[in-house]
Amino acid sequence: MDFSQIFMVMAATIAMTFFLGRFRALKLGQAAGGRKSLNSLPAYYGSLMAMWCGIPCFILLALWMAFDDVIISQAIMQELPQAVLALPDSERGLIFNMISNIAENGARAGAEPYMVTAAERLQSLRETSQLILIACLASLFLIIMVVIWARMSAQTRARVQVENGFKWLLLICASIAIFTTAGIVFSVLFESIRFFQSVPITEFLFGMEWSPQMAIRSDQVGGSGAFGAVPLFAGTLLISLIAMIIAVPAGLMAAIYLSEYARPAVRSTVKPLLEVLAGIPTVVYGFFAALTVAPFIRDTGGLIGLSVSSESALAAGLVMGIMIIPFVSSLSDDVINAVPQSLRDGAYGLGATRSETIKQVVIPAALPGIVGGILLAVSRAIGETMIVVMAAGLAANLTANPLDSVTTVTVQIVTLLVGDQEFNSPKTLSAFALGLMLFTITLVLNYIALLVVKKYREQYE
Amino acid sequence: MQAVNTPIQENEKLNANTNEAERKPSGAEQMNDSAAKVGKTVGKPFAKHPKMTMRNVDVFYGDKQAIHDVSLDIGKNEVVAMIGPSGCGKSTFLRCLNRMNDTIEICKVSGEIKLEELDVYHPKQDVVPLRARVGIVFQKPNPFPKSIYDNVAYGPRIHGLVERKTDLDEIVENSLRRASLWEEVKDRLHAPGTGLSGGQQQRLCIARTIAVSPEVILMDEPCSALDPIATAKIEELITELSEKFTIAIVTHSMQQAARVSHRTAYFHMGKLVEVNDTKRVFTNPEHELTEAYITGRFG
Repeated sequence: MDFSQIFMVMAATIAMTFFLGRFRALKLGQAAGGRKSLNSLPAYYGSLMAMWCGIPCFILLALWMAFDDVIISQAIMQELPQAVLALPDSERGLIFNMISNIAENGARAGAEPYMVTAAERLQSLRETSQLILIACLASLFLIIMVVIWARMSAQTRARVQVENGFKWLLLICASIAIFTTAGIVFSVLFESIRFFQSVPITEFLFGMEWSPQMAIRSDQVGGSGAFGAVPLFAGTLLISLIAMIIAVPAGLMAAIYLSEYARPAVRSTVKPLLEVLAGIPTVVYGFFAALTVAPFIRDTGGLIGLSVSSESALAAGLVMGIMIIPFVSSLSDDVINAVPQSLRDGAYGLGATRSETIKQVVIPAALPGIVGGILLAVSRAIGETMIVVMAAGLAANLTANPLDSVTTVTVQIVTLLVGDQEFNSPKTLSAFALGLMLFTITLVLNYIALLVVKKYREQYE
Repeated sequence: MQAVNTPIQENEKLNANTNEAERKPSGAEQMNDSAAKVGKTVGKPFAKHPKMTMRNVDVFYGDKQAIHDVSLDIGKNEVVAMIGPSGCGKSTFLRCLNRMNDTIEICKVSGEIKLEELDVYHPKQDVVPLRARVGIVFQKPNPFPKSIYDNVAYGPRIHGLVERKTDLDEIVENSLRRASLWEEVKDRLHAPGTGLSGGQQQRLCIARTIAVSPEVILMDEPCSALDPIATAKIEELITELSEKFTIAIVTHSMQQAARVSHRTAYFHMGKLVEVNDTKRVFTNPEHELTEAYITGRFG
């Protein structure tokens, strides 16, 4: 029996306790004079029983699974010969892996006798541990069940307790996302701190040159790295700006058309079609940008005598803008629809035309939601990687010319971390610093969005 | 969207009521029987100096007919109240007078509606100048999410009524004074209009409407979302406004109709049953359905 089997048996048993609790409640009800004399519906008593039996058992199982292996391996390591114990950590780890391999798959050629002994010992320890676990679970379960059975009465406020339990369950689910975010932030933060130990933070923030090379030998040619993040953020800004110049007007006007002008039949076809744009994988946009748009821009530029590099910020920005149109349009459409009809009637009643009503009444009323949608699109544009990798290139040029090739923060993170990397060189660690910066910027943007929405929230009611 | 659905839903509600009536006798049953009793409009539907004239107006929502052959005049500087049970079509009729029903796609209006010599439903008639002449105040106060000043200035601005800021200031002040709101808001003209109380918001909406200097003001249950004190203020206002404007008001409150109007029109299931001097309607109605309604036998 392994843990998953134990888990399944336990889950089934606990499901049974639901019926047990319900049965008990019905009996209690009969004794007290009918179901009506129970404090809660019988099903609540069942849930109460299952809840109280289940939670402690699952906690015990989880703790056991977490610490069981650690404790057993500690015990095994201590019993190994002195010569092995003297070895460095990494080699001892290898030996332990061999031992557990033998324990699971049987002895192989090249196994030392002490390993075989240890493997047998490991196997027996694991079996004992499992037996103890099953015994503990069973007794814990029985004790709780008997206690609850005995204490359950017609006055037990089962409903209140179950509702509370449900509330906690929801709270736990809600905190998963928060804890994950915190985990990501801390992991990035600690690596960034390591990076800033070798490269000063001022150089990273204000340096004008990005060429993340570190000398492996001190006499290497061209081995001096530069970690100035300004060109990357400038590139990100440039591409996002181009994307927003495309996406905001197009998305907003599409939304206005859909919500104010289009007939319901048109709207119900066009809106899903527009949303399909959001479902196209970004890598597809990427090769569209690289193979179709970028050459087109280069050739057009050539015709009018402009020198355009084959990978240009303009190509990436254009395609990215098209990609985020549905973010702007879909969200704006929703908020425009949420503007009460009474406001439009008010404007029409004064003799305003449709476009006057939209410009002067509907859009101002929907502004917070529209700003929210735009900021979401900006976050999306800043975080976008694939299109830029393929269409804008990798050269960290500090330029405001959209016809040049530029690179963005996310692209650099990818190139820094792809392939085999040394995890203590500043080159690799700089990816975390970039990630931290990007995260901070997105966070600030979201915060600004919240402020904007809050400021205008009470505009209409 | 809501406003689009409401009249139809009301119709359906009415139908539901009539179906129910088969099972249990009630006021609704009387109403159902009474449909047959509505004949030609009785009383005085026509005015000596008409501002608006409606002749043989039919209104359809899709296949459903909401208004049947209504003919009515609204005299100059007259206040005409329209009363009747929910779903009887009085709001629909009112909204025809400045073509607010245009926003509802399935709504079709036939017959003749005239504002003096202007044919309201003429195919070439532009609604913008029409609505500048026939303003409307809605049931729920709906100030724009703008400042009090901008709310009132909105109409004059879109119609290009003023050239200088000082003229606009004057219009805003006059309109607010006439809506008896000036004293309450003169120190915070640039605060948002949505921050006012319900009654103040409704007076703001009235000020907004009169800022365009319309000739006719339509009011669609203007007090139904307000408390009695705010209602009293608006009623007082309606009486004052009638010196300068022609007013048609839809109301559910018969006391209100009795207090503010010169003539009262009773609508019943899409038909105009009786129009008479208000005093006559509430003391000695000509039609038995009117009597049944004002004495509370149904509705």
